[in-house]
Amino acid sequence: MFELGGYTPIIIAAMKNTLLVGLAAMILAIVFGLLGAWAKVASQAWVRGLANTYTTVVRGVPELILLLLFYYGFPQLVQDFAESMGYEVLIDIDPFLAGTITIGFIYGAFCTEVFRGAFASIPTGQAEAANALGMSNFLMFRRILLPQAMYFALPGLGNVWMVLIKATALISIIQLDEIMRMAKIAANATREPFTAYFLASLLFLGITAVSMVGQHFLEKRVAKAGQH
Amino acid sequence: MNMEMLAEFGPRLLDGFWVTIGITSLSVLIGLMLAVPVALMRLSDLKILKWPSYIFIFYFRGTPILVQLFLVYYGSGQFRLELSELGLWQYFRGAYFCAVFTLTLNTCAYTAEIFRGAIKSVSIGVIEAGRACGMSGILLYRRVILPQALRIAWPAYGNEIIFLMQASSLVSIITLLDLTGVARRIISETFAVYEVYIFVALLYLAITYILAFIFKRIENYLQRHNKALS
Repeated sequence: MFELGGYTPIIIAAMKNTLLVGLAAMILAIVFGLLGAWAKVASQAWVRGLANTYTTVVRGVPELILLLLFYYGFPQLVQDFAESMGYEVLIDIDPFLAGTITIGFIYGAFCTEVFRGAFASIPTGQAEAANALGMSNFLMFRRILLPQAMYFALPGLGNVWMVLIKATALISIIQLDEIMRMAKIAANATREPFTAYFLASLLFLGITAVSMVGQHFLEKRVAKAGQH
Repeated sequence: MNMEMLAEFGPRLLDGFWVTIGITSLSVLIGLMLAVPVALMRLSDLKILKWPSYIFIFYFRGTPILVQLFLVYYGSGQFRLELSELGLWQYFRGAYFCAVFTLTLNTCAYTAEIFRGAIKSVSIGVIEAGRACGMSGILLYRRVILPQALRIAWPAYGNEIIFLMQASSLVSIITLLDLTGVARRIISETFAVYEVYIFVALLYLAITYILAFIFKRIENYLQRHNKALS
C-alpha cells in the first residue's frame, strides 16, 4: 500500500523518536504538574502567584510560539546578555532537548490543573489521620496523598498524554527526526506528499488508538484497586 | 519590542491579527454548521450513517493538526490532475483555502463529539414532554433538543474555539501571514527574536482571555434560568 520508494520503514522507524520525546516530555510534564499543584496551594503568596502566572500564560499562548521562543529566542537572549557583559558565547540547543523541555513545560501547565483537582478530591481526614500517626509531611505526601491523587488524576493525565503526543509533530520544525520530519523528507524525495503524510497520520492514529486502549485498561485496574 | 519597532511593524502585525481572526472565524462557522449533522449521524442507529462519521471524528481527533494541514496543502499536489479535471485545483493550490479547509474539518470533528455528548445528555423527560406536545422529528430537534444541547455544550465548545484560534498559528508553516507568520517574517528581517515572539505571545494571551471572557458572558446568559432560582 505504501511504497514511497523505500521510505516507509524510515518513517515507521521515526516513531521511536516521537515516542521518546513524548514519554520524556510527559515525565517532565508530570514533574512540572506536581510542582505547580503544590505551588498553587502554597502558603506564600508569591509562590501561588508564580504558579498562576505559569498556567495562565502557557495555556493562553500557542505551542508553536512557545517552541519558537524557546528554541530560537532563548539562545539569542543568553547571547545578547553575555555580549553586554563582554563575553562571546554561542548556544546551540539540541532539538531533542528543546522539544522535550518545551512540550514538557507546556503540558506541565495542564498537568498542574489535573493534579490540583486530584489533590483537592482527597478528603482532608486522610491528611489529618496521617498527621495523627506522626508521619512527616514528606512521608504523608509519598504514602497517603500521592497514591490517592494518582487515582483521581489518571483520567486527566491520560487526556494530557493524547494531546501531548500529537503536539510532538511540531518538533519537526526544529529538525528533530520524528515522524513528521521523515514524512516531509519522503514527500519531497518521492513527490508523493499525500502518501507520505497519510502514512504519518496513520502512525499517529495508531499511537492514539493504543493509548486509548491502554488508558481504558489502566483506569479499570486502578478502579479495581480502589475497591476494598 | 520598543515604541520604534511597534510603530514600524504595528500595521503588519495588525494585518496578521486579522488573518488569524479571519481564518479562525471562518473555520468555526463552517465547522459548526457541519458539526450538527455529523453529530446526528454519529448518534444514528443506521450503520451507514454512524460509521462514516465515527471514522471521520476518530481520524481528525487522533492525528495532529500539523499533519492534517500538510496532507491537504502539500498532499493535494499529488492529485493535481484529478483535482484540475474536477475544477478544484484552483482552490487547493491556495494556502488560505487549505488552511480554512483543514481547520474546518478539524473543528467539525471536535465540535461533533462535544455535541454528541451534549445531545445525549438532554434529559429524556424534556424530549417526552416535547413529544407529548405533538412535536416530532426536525421540529423536536429544532425547538427542544438542540437548544438544550447548546446550553450543555457551551463551556466545552468555547474552549474548542479558543483551542482552534491557538492552533491557527500553525498556518504560518504553510506560508500564510497570520499573526505568527508576520512575527516570523519580521524576525527574519530584524533578528529581534525574543522581543517579537514575546510581544506576539502577549497578543495571543490577550485574544485568548478576551474570548474566554466573552464566552463566559454568553454562558451566563444561557444559564440565566438557573441563576434566577438560586
